[in-house]
Amino acid sequence: MAQLTLDELRKKRKEAKKEIYLREGKYKSKIIVHMGTCGIAAGAREIVSAFLGEIEILTDKDVMLTTSGCAGLCSMEPMATVELLNSPSVKYGNLTTDKARRIFKEHILGGNIVTDYAIGIGSEKGG
Amino acid sequence: MAVRRIELMLCTGTGCVAGGAFRIYETLEKEIQKQGLEKEISVIITGCNGFCGQGPLMVVQPDEIFYGFLTPEDIPFLVQEHLLKGRPVKKLMFTPPEKKEPVPLLSEIPFFKKQMLVVLRNKGIIDPEKIDDYIARDGYTALEKVLSSMTPDDVIDEITRSGLRGRGGGGFPTGTKWKICRTEQKTPKYIICNCDEGDPGAYMDRSVFETDPHTVIEGMIIGAYAIGASHAYIYARTEYPLAIKRMDLAISHARDYGLLGKNILGTGFSFNLEIREGSGAFVCGEETSLIHSIEGKGPEPRQRPPFPAQLGIWDCPTVINNVETWANVPVIINRGADWFSKLGTETSKGTKIFSLVGKINNTGLIEVPMGITLREIVYDIGGGIPYDKKFKAVQTGGPSGGCMPDSMIDVPIDYESLTEAGSMMGSGGMIVMDEDICMVDVAKFFIQFTNDESCGKCTTCRDGSEALYEILTNITNGDGKEGDLEFLDEVGNAVKDASMCGLGTTLPNPVLSTLKYFRDEYEAHIKEKRCPALVCKNLIKYYILPEKCTGCKLCLKNCPPDAIKGELKHVHIIDQSKCTKCGTCLDVCPPKVSAIIKVTGKEMENITGIEEPYPVKRRKK
Ligand SMILES: Cc1cc2nc3c(=O)[nH]c(=O)nc-3n(C[C@H](O)[C@H](O)[C@H](O)COP(=O)(O)O)c2cc1C
Ligand code: FES
Repeated sequence: MAQLTLDELRKKRKEAKKEIYLREGKYKSKIIVHMGTCGIAAGAREIVSAFLGEIEILTDKDVMLTTSGCAGLCSMEPMATVELLNSPSVKYGNLTTDKARRIFKEHILGGNIVTDYAIGIGSEKGG
Repeated sequence: MAVRRIELMLCTGTGCVAGGAFRIYETLEKEIQKQGLEKEISVIITGCNGFCGQGPLMVVQPDEIFYGFLTPEDIPFLVQEHLLKGRPVKKLMFTPPEKKEPVPLLSEIPFFKKQMLVVLRNKGIIDPEKIDDYIARDGYTALEKVLSSMTPDDVIDEITRSGLRGRGGGGFPTGTKWKICRTEQKTPKYIICNCDEGDPGAYMDRSVFETDPHTVIEGMIIGAYAIGASHAYIYARTEYPLAIKRMDLAISHARDYGLLGKNILGTGFSFNLEIREGSGAFVCGEETSLIHSIEGKGPEPRQRPPFPAQLGIWDCPTVINNVETWANVPVIINRGADWFSKLGTETSKGTKIFSLVGKINNTGLIEVPMGITLREIVYDIGGGIPYDKKFKAVQTGGPSGGCMPDSMIDVPIDYESLTEAGSMMGSGGMIVMDEDICMVDVAKFFIQFTNDESCGKCTTCRDGSEALYEILTNITNGDGKEGDLEFLDEVGNAVKDASMCGLGTTLPNPVLSTLKYFRDEYEAHIKEKRCPALVCKNLIKYYILPEKCTGCKLCLKNCPPDAIKGELKHVHIIDQSKCTKCGTCLDVCPPKVSAIIKVTGKEMENITGIEEPYPVKRRKK
């Protein structure tokens, strides 16, 4: 490893910050993928991978991806809930990886709810 | 590394490692593979989380869920339920004593709530073996700032204005120490980091090494720049292999990055650092003794002044500071003296790390703002005393500290208030004692320790501690006599005044402070041959209450010296001539029966132990 100059150290810090963002709790938005047995059977794990792939190419990794249990709407699985800071959460159902990517771009990054796939707006009992 | 959705922050501090943290690590890795989650989830090792009493433990991020008392058997379920299906596992969460519902989130657990993390700001967030993790948490930005925009005098001024005082015991103002050294003409100059930490039960400094070694290194580089030193030593005990390993690794990473060595970050400043391992004596932690030890001489202290800042290692000006002192430096530079000086009390700024041990529900390592009260530490953070016993005292400052009694529970803790109480800050050991602890016995224990550790160079310390120990032994044996307390007082104060180094001047503290606050307990031992806490073996007897004994033979079978007479359904009798007072009978007697008691003083007279067993009378249900 070559010795760093001041500028190189600063650059390195910018890179390194991307690696630890999960632990610092600085999020603007949160995606919850429902991973009950029903969800997993319907393909929830591919949805997780699709979202992760999108997060990977972000510079500011301020999106949190987590999982939760069955949401009680097994027929609509795979499902995900998207929460943006200071706005009501939105539930999406019958997801595919393509739908997930579109939701990521339009809702998470763009701030616009993808009404085509939304099955409920507001807390818990949406849908 | 690709992005992950979950990181498992697994504690690998000394406590958790002893509890099997690395076995947990292996099982986690295996189960994560098994579920095919290795691309989404990674396990990160961290330094001590602090809540050592709950170890082995980990925190799941970003959910922030805290799991404790982990065993390898728990892992498959945990991985499947929480990591795969997103259902946190309640039974592995922390449940406060006497509560039914667990507290899932780390930040909601009372133990963590009142803490303030300055030195330990990266605790549980970084992998101590990765320099990039430290850098990501704004590590080495203070060094950048210093090297690119501050003069050495600016740095000293900032540290002075912050009010930072030494965390190694004495509480000397750090900026002043640096200034003294800077103004010395002689060169080269040296700096030393004191990680001797020989107090029984204390593990703050070693944990800082294990948790975040780079913050110490960064602090030392900044200190070297400020005083004009080009070489440093880190003195650590051989008994702390994990701390040394992580520090060693951190130094080599820092060197690779050009943060140590020649022409640091291309600024022309050069500085080098090496670890020296010391082994053994408590007195090695005393600064002049430590310097002798690095020089290869016998680790004996010498008279001060001159202070090391004027005449230190290799007869050169040397700044020696404690681990925690160094670790504060980068934060002060980054956030400014004004910010730092707002934390704490008038005379004591910032935070302090304590190791909270003894009779307390939540044991562990805590960092709290100066000025916090004992009550907050014992009841809010510590969760109170187990089994609802009564709080009696807290011993602070290590073996040469003193006791703060119940009456001082609301005094804000800082350097001055502890000294006033007859104790001291020391390096931050905090031992909680409940009603079952005998204060005379405690004083004896600590004097025995310092008496053993006295280097013997000055007679007051050596013979004085011996004399104190002898009297204390007599008192606890029931051989105390009129005048003993006056003698303890006199000798204690003489040792305090006339000893050469800090070991001698502080070793009477445990005696003098207990004499001050628990004099009646001493008097009971001497005048009534009574140990109120029922601890001193010569002053107690065990006795089986005939009206309660069911004649179950449990104590009889377990008694090591076979001192219990009896047969089934006959009231058992302890033969006092054989009893060694080990207390086994009390431990094994079923709680529903509770037939065994301890007695002391006058009550002992009637207990002879020469009666014979007789049949248990039928009792009304
Ligand atoms: C018997 C004895 C043991 C000591 N042990 C330690 C120790 O383990 N760690 C420490 O930092 N200071 C210890 N000290 C205090 C050091 O002499 C010295 O004051 C301290 O390292 C200075 O650093 P500071 O100003 O940052 O506190 C001890 C002092 C005495 C008298
Ligand atoms: S060692 Fe794990 S919490 Fe202290």
